[in-house]
Amino acid sequence: MADALIFATLNGLVTGMLLFMLASGVTLIFSMMGVLNFAHASFYMLGAYFAFAISQQIGFWPALLLAPMLVGVLGALVERYGLRQVHKSGQVAELVFTFGLAFLIEEAVQLFWGRATQDFRSPAALDFALFTLFGQDFPAWKGVMLCISVSIFIGLYFVLTRTRTGIIIQAAITHPQAVANLGHNVPRLFMVVFGAGSALAGLAGVIAGPVLTTFPGMASVLGSIVFVIVVIGGLGSLTGALVASLLIGLLQSWAIASGLGMADLLALLGVSFPPDHALRDLWRLTLPQVAPLLPYLLLVLILIFRPSGLFGKRES
Amino acid sequence: MLEVMDLQAWYGKSHVLRGVTLRVGEGEIVSLLGRNGAGRSTTMKALMGELQVSGSALFRGQQILGLPSHEIAMRGIGCVPEHREIFPGLTVRQNLLLGIKPGQKASRWSLEDMFRLFPALGERADVPGGVLSGGEQQMLCICRALMGDPALLLVDEPTEGLAPQVVERVAQLLVEIASKGVAILLVEQKLGIALRISRRVYVMGRGQIVHEGTPAALLESDAVRREWLQV
Ligand SMILES: Nc1ncnc2c1ncn2[C@@H]1O[C@H](COP(=O)(O)OP(=O)(O)O)[C@@H](O)[C@H]1O
Ligand SMILES: [Mg+2]
Repeated sequence: MADALIFATLNGLVTGMLLFMLASGVTLIFSMMGVLNFAHASFYMLGAYFAFAISQQIGFWPALLLAPMLVGVLGALVERYGLRQVHKSGQVAELVFTFGLAFLIEEAVQLFWGRATQDFRSPAALDFALFTLFGQDFPAWKGVMLCISVSIFIGLYFVLTRTRTGIIIQAAITHPQAVANLGHNVPRLFMVVFGAGSALAGLAGVIAGPVLTTFPGMASVLGSIVFVIVVIGGLGSLTGALVASLLIGLLQSWAIASGLGMADLLALLGVSFPPDHALRDLWRLTLPQVAPLLPYLLLVLILIFRPSGLFGKRES
Repeated sequence: MLEVMDLQAWYGKSHVLRGVTLRVGEGEIVSLLGRNGAGRSTTMKALMGELQVSGSALFRGQQILGLPSHEIAMRGIGCVPEHREIFPGLTVRQNLLLGIKPGQKASRWSLEDMFRLFPALGERADVPGGVLSGGEQQMLCICRALMGDPALLLVDEPTEGLAPQVVERVAQLLVEIASKGVAILLVEQKLGIALRISRRVYVMGRGQIVHEGTPAALLESDAVRREWLQV
């Protein structure tokens, strides 16, 4: 039991921090520009595909660096020549634009790489167990994923709180006009933040692609969970995004590892059903089967009991 | 220094400024007076590039209408908006440092100058701006704009909601700023400090300039005061 719990926790952390790499970008972009970027996970997918293509030419490690940079530049261009123009037509137009972009990217990926899953693997040099505990292996690549995502988190925190650009970003989140009136180029700042957010999403794609499989549906699979996280954490709250990312990552991972069935849970509550009960299919469900539903279940509960999210400020 | 001619401005479809013409000379304090809703803040926003506008505004001989806000600030116009828009989550020091423009070299004003001028800001340099009192926030907002070394400062109702001694302190500060050669366009509702420290005054009503002259002339003109200023 203890070994399962430790592994589930480690896996949950890996997933949670990965989700935060996307959720942080969505959150920053939303709180600065007021745009809910539905195409954010598409940049994550592009990161994986770009890295796959580059790694076939010049190897994985250069791809780890180049793919996110490419995605970042693409994101910056999208902001500069797409979103900035659409912004003049209002928020609905912006929302539709990001939706359209997500579909466009998905179609483009299928056009270039086809519908099949790509054989994108983590470097062979890392195909070993980082450690073995209670007879279970923890793959080195997951360790690398965790290191990269935690470093990104620390780096993001440092940039936002300790650098001048970060402080300008913080100020622009609440008072963009006042920041512009002090001579800071706020439109360019928006472009940089959008580009950096896209690059982070791209990096997440590079490190997750080999584990979560690289296929044209990967954006929508992860994208919907990222939006759940952003809402649960509270739209615009970075702390909220972090907590919700870890919460979802860990909950899912624990649920999968627990192997408990509904019957066990109900038994805990002192309820039992006869085996031929009409609802027997329901109580034969196991937690691992329900795990993919958990984020959405949590979303519904949060929206009912705390609509502004865990750390969100209620809109006035 | 600033020559505004027939400035018009819109919020979406609503036409708010209907031809504002005014002038601010080098190192001058000029007041823009008027009742609530006269269009004084809108004039400031229009000059800072925040609105859809037409007309002309020459700053040091160059057209600034149509430029983005940060470009206008870089040309040397500082702005202290109404409602004291400090950055509440950032410390007093961070607020002030954000006033320094990208690539700015020398400035008439340093952080130390600000702390000497307002010991209260120095003592609380590392607390979040949001916890300061209203008067301190006002000072912080003015000082933040000064850090960028503007040649012209637009100040919107700096005395609103402040106690009389604090209002006095604001007046002293504005005079001191002007004495360093910074021109000031001061928006006020009450005549109080505006008449005392300005060289010239404009009165606005319904999006237009309805009177211009010296403070003394305005004091004598009961009709203008009754029609456009008294509430
Ligand atoms: N954001 C806005 N949208 C639409 N109308 C506005 C807005 N702000 C101000 N107005 C209108 O513009 C007019 C002038 O307002 P304002 O410039 O704030 O006046 P003042 O600063 O002189 O009190 C008022 O009629 C006000 O209702
Ligand atoms: Mg006003």
